[in-house]
Amino acid sequence: MILAVSGGLQAAGWVLASGSDRRVDTTRAGERQGGGVRMALEDDLAALMASAQGGDAAAYRALLTACLPVVSAMARAQGVRGEAVDDVVQDALMTVHRARASYDPARPFLPWLRAITQRRAIDRLRRAGRRPREVNDPLAYEAEADPGPAPGQGLEAQDRAAALARAVAALPDGQRQAVEHLGLRELSLDETAALTGRSKGALKVNLHRALKALRASLTQERE
Amino acid sequence: MADRAGCGLSRHERLVEDLAGGLEPVRRLPAPAVRAALWLGAALLIGLMLATQADPARLMLRLRVPDLALAGIGAVLTAITAAFAAFATSVPGRSGRWALLPLPPLALWIGASGLGCLREWIAPGTDIPGAHTVTGCFSFLICVSVPLSVLIVVMLRRACPLRPNLTAALGGLAVAAAAAALLIPVHPHDATATDLLIHAAAVAIVIAANGLGGGRLLGRDAGLG
Repeated sequence: MILAVSGGLQAAGWVLASGSDRRVDTTRAGERQGGGVRMALEDDLAALMASAQGGDAAAYRALLTACLPVVSAMARAQGVRGEAVDDVVQDALMTVHRARASYDPARPFLPWLRAITQRRAIDRLRRAGRRPREVNDPLAYEAEADPGPAPGQGLEAQDRAAALARAVAALPDGQRQAVEHLGLRELSLDETAALTGRSKGALKVNLHRALKALRASLTQERE
Repeated sequence: MADRAGCGLSRHERLVEDLAGGLEPVRRLPAPAVRAALWLGAALLIGLMLATQADPARLMLRLRVPDLALAGIGAVLTAITAAFAAFATSVPGRSGRWALLPLPPLALWIGASGLGCLREWIAPGTDIPGAHTVTGCFSFLICVSVPLSVLIVVMLRRACPLRPNLTAALGGLAVAAAAAALLIPVHPHDATATDLLIHAAAVAIVIAANGLGGGRLLGRDAGLG
């Protein structure tokens, strides 16, 4: 029985681990939305559950393992996020276990599993005191803060860097060197003196003048 | 995803191992229609026991009155459809729309019973019940409802009612309708407004008791252990 089921899973493009532990890798199940594959998945899960109802522990283990990614995808679709997804998966598997006698193998398995997962996801969201976030709720969608950079933020930074580079390039050589080494590369006065062959006093004067010139030119540019 | 514990198994894998390790064969639940039929059979059994106390001549006379007959048919159909809907909604994945199934017979039952009120004005002189018989009806409805409620809750708990309140309310409706239908053969008088109010109160108590109690009984921890 299980061999036939395993063959079905392989035919559906699933990876089966060899050995006594018939673990099924379903990481690709979510990517495969083809009707044929889904039908095969339905049939396989239904057959595994039918065997599990008869007391076949290996089939049951394969079924529950195959359900893990499916259940967590269903929980996410219900609006559960973060670690709560794992809690829903645990609750849903416990309910699947309790309710396994109520499954009729003549009917599709996924709606049965989805009903259980949705109920457990709603329970979890209610317990957390939150309402499920509807993806089609425009107000909630607008109010959702985006932690990433704002649009155009990179372009502004790029513009500022380019303006600074232009202003620095326009400085006389001595001042430019002082800004580049002391200001931008953050070298010490001694290191810069050794690098450029200028005295430390001259470098200080150059840096002072350069900053003054930059302030003037950048202020002018902004205006 | 799940945290990794020292033994190398994730939280989910551990649960899968625990559940699969302690797996025992289970007897598959019959289809909702079959389970509803079993429960209705039990109700019918009570009806047969009560039939010994019925007065056939009087029963036939009352059933010839259109609104009484319609109310009886409505109650029986409500019991059948509500019982089926309760068992259907107790199975995960079945549509919640089954809950709409008992509404048409419920409308017939309530509507036809309501017509009974009018007869008091249309045909004065009908058999008006005294306070004693009214209390008798009330206690009859409650006494019949209790065993039927216990039975339906036990049967519904064997499935996995994910919408316990809906399932319990449907179960309560089935019980109330069955009790009202069983009352017909032993009903000592014709329907009146007082009578109808008492019935409505009894039916509401049964539905509410099942909805409140059953909601908890059929809740999260219901089902197979």
